[in-house]
Amino acid sequence: MEPVTSRTVSVEVNGEHIEYEVPARRLLVHFLRDDLGLTGTHVGCDTGNCGACTVHLDGEPVKSCMLLAVQAEGTKITTVEGLAADGELTALQQAFNEHHALQCGYCTPGMLMSATALLARNPHPSEEDVRVAIQGNICRCTGYVNIVEAVVAAGGGK
Amino acid sequence: MLLREVEYARPATVDEAISLLGSHDGARPLAGGQTLVNVMKQRAAAPDVLVDLADLDELRSIGFSSDGMLEIGAMVTYAQLEGSSEVDVARPILAEVAATIADVQVRNRGTIGGNVCVSDPTNHFPPLLAALDATFTIRGSGGERTISADEFFVGVYLTAVGEGELLTTVNVPPSSGAGDGFAGLTIGAHGTYIVNAAATVSSDGARVAIGCVAATPVRATAMEERLAGGDYSEESVRAAADGLGASLDPPADVHGSADFRRHLAEVSAVRAALQAAGRRK
Repeated sequence: MEPVTSRTVSVEVNGEHIEYEVPARRLLVHFLRDDLGLTGTHVGCDTGNCGACTVHLDGEPVKSCMLLAVQAEGTKITTVEGLAADGELTALQQAFNEHHALQCGYCTPGMLMSATALLARNPHPSEEDVRVAIQGNICRCTGYVNIVEAVVAAGGGK
Repeated sequence: MLLREVEYARPATVDEAISLLGSHDGARPLAGGQTLVNVMKQRAAAPDVLVDLADLDELRSIGFSSDGMLEIGAMVTYAQLEGSSEVDVARPILAEVAATIADVQVRNRGTIGGNVCVSDPTNHFPPLLAALDATFTIRGSGGERTISADEFFVGVYLTAVGEGELLTTVNVPPSSGAGDGFAGLTIGAHGTYIVNAAATVSSDGARVAIGCVAATPVRATAMEERLAGGDYSEESVRAAADGLGASLDPPADVHGSADFRRHLAEVSAVRAALQAAGRRK
C-alpha cells in the first residue's frame, strides 16, 4: 500500500450512501459543507473548541473540524440535516423552539447534535447531565440556561 | 482551514503500519487526531505522510495479560476507558481521569496512545501513568520492547518511540488494594492543567508524580520516602510534601508564575496522596 494524496471515501450520510473522491488534507466539515452542500454543520472556531461543527460518527458526537474526511471511511455520519429528515422537527428541536434555546443560531446545529446523542444514551437527563454533554459546545448568546432547559424538557424533565 | 498537502495511508495491520512509518520520510501515525489535526492546521506540525491507525483493531482492545496486567491498546479512546469493565475492576482511576479530559466529542476520538505520544507536559496521562508504574510496549521492524514511564517520556512532544516505531500497548499493573488519586488546577472546568499530580498508595508505599512542572512527569521522590512509614494523616502528608515545590523548576506563563506552580505542585501532591490513601483497600 502506497500513501496517496486523495482517496475515494465511502460513507453513509444521513442515510444516503456516498462515494466521493476527496483530497487527504480535506477536513470532514469541509467535505460535508462544500462537497455535499450540507451547510447546516457550521465552522465556528476551526480549532476544536466551539463544537459548532459537531456531527455524529456512527452515532457518537465528534467535531468534524478535527477529523479528515478520509478518516471517516466506512462510517455512518449524521448531520443536523439528518435530524428532521422527514420534515418534522424532533422532540428536541421542538423543545429548542418552545424554550427559546437559540438567539443567533450559530451554535445550534452543534448543540442539537450533542444533545441528540445525550438523549440517545440517557433519555431522561438531569440538568447536570446536560451541562456535561454540551461542555464541548460554546454559545455566546444565551448563557446556556434556555438550551439546558430545552434539552431537559425534551427528556421529559422540567 | 486548508491543510498543507499531505499523503495518507490506512494500513490494515500493525506490521504494515510500521513498514509505512519506516519507509517514508516525514511519516507520522494518526490516532484520534484530536491534537495532530489541530497542530497541522496551525502549521506547527507538517507531516508528509499520515499513517492512519483507524483500522488496527488489535490496538483498540482492553484486556489482561497472563500475569494480570491491564493491557490497553494505544488506540483505545477516552470514552472506551470510561465505559470499560476491565478498567473499572483493575484501575478505575484511568476511567475517572479520562472522563475529565476536554469534552464528549474529544473523548469519543482522543486515544490514550495519542495522549502519551504527544507528550504534552500538561496532559493528564503522563503523570498518572508514571504514578501507576505503567509500562509502554513499542513495536518496530526489529521487534518489540517494553519500557517504563521514566524511559518513555523523553521531553516536550518527545517520547522514546523512534522513527518507524509504534506504541502498541500501555500496560498498567492492577491495583491489588492500592488507592489512586489525581488532583490539580485547570484553566476552566475541564481545561488544560496548570499543574497536576497523581498518586498511588499501597502497602509498598507511595508513588507520586507531578505534571506540568517540567518537560516530563517529575516523581516526588523525597515525598515518597517520607511517606514510607505509612502515616497518611493529613498532617503527615502535608509535612511529607514540604519542600517539594522548592525542588522544582517549573515554567512561568500567562496562567501562573513559577512560584505559583511550585505552590500548586505541593497542594496537588497532598490532595492526590490523601485521595489515594483514602481509597486503599
